[in-house]
Amino acid sequence: MSARGVCQERKKEMKSKSRKSADSAGKSNIKSGAQIVVDTLIEQGVDTMFGYTGGVVLPLFDKLYDAPINFIVPRHEQGGCHMADGYARASGKVGVVLATSGPGACNLVTGLATANMDSVPLVALTGQVRTELIGNDAFQEADTTGITRPVTKYNCIVKDVKDLARTIREAFHIASTGRPGPVLIDIPVDVAVNKHNTDGPKDMQLPGYRVRNQGHSKQISTAAKAINKSKQPVLYVGGGVITSNAGKELRELAEKAHLPVTMTLLGLGSYDQRKPESLDMLGMHGSAYANYAVQECDLLIAVGARFDDRVTGKVETFAPNAKIIHIDIDPSSISKNVVVDIPVVGDAKVILGELLKEVEHHERKKWFKKIAEWKEKFAFRYDQKSTTIKPQFVIEEICRQTKNGAIVTTGVGQNQMWAAQFYKFIKPRQFISSGGLGTMGFGLPAAIGAQIAKPDMTVVDIDGDHSFNMTMTELSTAVEHKLPIKVCILNNGYMGMVRQWQELFYGKRYSKSYLSNPDYATVARALGAVGITVDKKADVSKAVKQMLAEKMPCVVDFRVESEENVWPMVPAGKSIDEMSGLDILERLI
Amino acid sequence: MKHIISALVENKPGVLAHVAGMFAARAFNIDSLVVGRTEDPQLSRMTIVVVGDDRVLEQVRKQLARIVPVVKVQDFVGKPVVARDLMLIAISAPPEKRSEILSLVEMFKGKVVDIGQKFVMVEISGPEAKIEAFINVCKPYGIKSVARTGTIAMPRYGKIEP
Repeated sequence: MSARGVCQERKKEMKSKSRKSADSAGKSNIKSGAQIVVDTLIEQGVDTMFGYTGGVVLPLFDKLYDAPINFIVPRHEQGGCHMADGYARASGKVGVVLATSGPGACNLVTGLATANMDSVPLVALTGQVRTELIGNDAFQEADTTGITRPVTKYNCIVKDVKDLARTIREAFHIASTGRPGPVLIDIPVDVAVNKHNTDGPKDMQLPGYRVRNQGHSKQISTAAKAINKSKQPVLYVGGGVITSNAGKELRELAEKAHLPVTMTLLGLGSYDQRKPESLDMLGMHGSAYANYAVQECDLLIAVGARFDDRVTGKVETFAPNAKIIHIDIDPSSISKNVVVDIPVVGDAKVILGELLKEVEHHERKKWFKKIAEWKEKFAFRYDQKSTTIKPQFVIEEICRQTKNGAIVTTGVGQNQMWAAQFYKFIKPRQFISSGGLGTMGFGLPAAIGAQIAKPDMTVVDIDGDHSFNMTMTELSTAVEHKLPIKVCILNNGYMGMVRQWQELFYGKRYSKSYLSNPDYATVARALGAVGITVDKKADVSKAVKQMLAEKMPCVVDFRVESEENVWPMVPAGKSIDEMSGLDILERLI
Repeated sequence: MKHIISALVENKPGVLAHVAGMFAARAFNIDSLVVGRTEDPQLSRMTIVVVGDDRVLEQVRKQLARIVPVVKVQDFVGKPVVARDLMLIAISAPPEKRSEILSLVEMFKGKVVDIGQKFVMVEISGPEAKIEAFINVCKPYGIKSVARTGTIAMPRYGKIEP
C-alpha cells in the first residue's frame, strides 16, 4: 500500500474513533486535565503527533486512545522530537511531541535545541511527577523546565488544571508566531487527573509577548532606494524566508529588481537554484561565486538570516564594501554579529511585498557578467572520471532522477554539505537539515516526520554512516508506518568532516574518527526495510531507480570514496573569499 | 560603562531563572540584580546593573525583551535617574571609638539599628558611590560584615509606565 493509502486508511479509522469519543464525552464540560489537553490540541488543529509513553503520562495516553490524532511512537524520544521537527519544517504547521517525565523529558533536549537554533515551531508536552512530590527527587523526576529553559523559546509548568487549556493555547501561539521556536509545557500527573469546568474565557494572558509583523514604512522606503541605487547588490536569504512563506515575494523581488540571490543552508529552496540569479549557498562550504559576490557587493540585502559565523567567516572583513539592509522579525538578530545600516524589523513576506512596490528594474549587466564568469570558473565540481563512487555523483544522480523535486533531509557533516552543494532545490520546504545546532542523527527521524506531513512526496535522507548510526533505530518506526522514505548512506567509514579537518589541520592524525560499521543492508532487512548495497559506480543509477520505486523504507549503502573532501572551504577565522580548494575545482574543469 | 536596566516582568515562577540564565548563557556580566514587587501584584520589577559597551547593552536589552514573561525593558543610561543602594554594615566599635563612629554615621545620614558590646550595625542608603565611601571610612575600625541590596532606580520627571 502506498504511503497515501496508509494515511487515508488511518484517517478513516480516526474518523470513526472521533465519533466514538464525541459520544462518550457527554454533555458536561467538567473534564479531566488529560481530556482538556487532548481537546485543546484538537482545537489547535493537531491531527498528527509524536511521542512516547511512560508512568506519569498514562492519563494523557488514555485520552489519546480514542482521539482523532495520528499518533506516531518513535523508538527514542529524541527521534520523536526530530520527527515533529521534520513534520513542522515540511508542512509549516506546529510539530507536537509528548514525553514522560525524567528520562523522557531529558531525551527531548537535543531535539528541542535543534528546533530552537533553526526557529522551528514545536510544542512539547512533558509529564511531571505529582505536584506535592516536585523537588523531592521522586522516581523519574527531573527539573524539566530548568533543563529545557535555555533551549526553548518559552517553557512553563502548569500546576493548576484551570490554567491548562489557556497555557496550551499560549504555547501554540508563541511557537508559531514571530520568530518561531519550541515551547515546552510540563504537566504534573495530578494536574492531568484533576477535573475542571472548561466553560470560561479563552483569552491568552501574554502581556510580555508582542510580534511586529509590519515593517516600518520609512525604513522600507530607505531600503528600496538603496536597492534602486545599487550597482552590485546581493540578496542573502536565510530560513526566515521559508518560515514566513515568502518564496513567491522573494522570486518576484529578485526578478523585478534583478538581484542575484545567495542562500544560507537553511535558506536553500527559497529560490530556484536552476535560475541564473541563483548564487547557491554561501559561507564556509558555500560556492566561490556567492562568497566573491558578497565580498564585492556594494549592497547586501539580508532577509531572515542571522549572520551566523559559518556564513560570515571573519566578521571584520565580511562584505567590506557593502551597505547592509537587514530584514528580520527578531529585533535581537539585528546588529548582533554584524552592524547593519538599514534595519527593518518585521515579517519577511510582508516586507518583501512592500519592497516590491518600490523597487525599479535595473539590468546591472556588468555585475551579472562578472557573476556568470565566477559561476563558470568555480562551479561545484568533483572528479567525474574517478573509478570509485564519488559521494557528489550519488547526490547528482538522486537530484536527476527525482527531477529536483524531492524533500531532502540530511545528517550533519560532509553528507550535509554535499547535499547542499549538489542537489539543486527549486522550492521552499524541500531541504530539511539541522543547521544551527548541527545535530548528527537528524536525517532519518526528520525524513519520517516529513514523509508523514507530505505522504505524496518523495522523501530522501542523504545521510552519513555515522550520522545514521546515531538514530538508525527509528527505521523500525518507518517500517511500522510503511513510510516509503529513502535513506542514502554515503558510507565512507569515517566521520568525514572531522576526518577532513584532521587531514587539513591535524597532520592526518585521524583520532577516533573511524569506527567499524555494520552491514547496513542486512540491518535494514532485519528491521523489515529494503536494503541495498552499492559498491560499483556503474550500479549507482540502477540502485537509485530501484530505491525510488520501493514502497517500503529503503536503505541504500553507497560505499563511497573514503577520503573525499568538501570544497571549497573557508578555514576557521578567514574571510569568506580566502577559500581553500579552488585550485582543485579549477583543475577539474 | 555601567548601565542600569529596569525590566518589568510577570510575577511568575521561573522568570528570575530565565533572566539570570540568559545573562549567563550569553556571557553578559551582571553587577547587581534586584527583584521586588510593584504596585501591580501581577508584575515584578528587576533592576539590573550591567557593565558593557553600547553594542553589548543593545543586545542585553533586546535579549531581555525577547524573554516571553518580560513585559518591558528600559535602559536608564544618559537619563536623569534616582538610583539607590541599601546597606547594613556591622562595624567594630569598642566603647572608646563609638562616638567617632556615630559622628561618621551622622555625616552620612545613616542610622544605627543595633548596638552590642563590640559592634554597631548601621543602616545606610544612597547612591552607590556614597555607600562605597562609607565602607572606606569604616575600614580603619574593622568591618565585621556587609549586606547590600544592589541598585534600584527610577527616572526623574514623570512616570516609567502607565
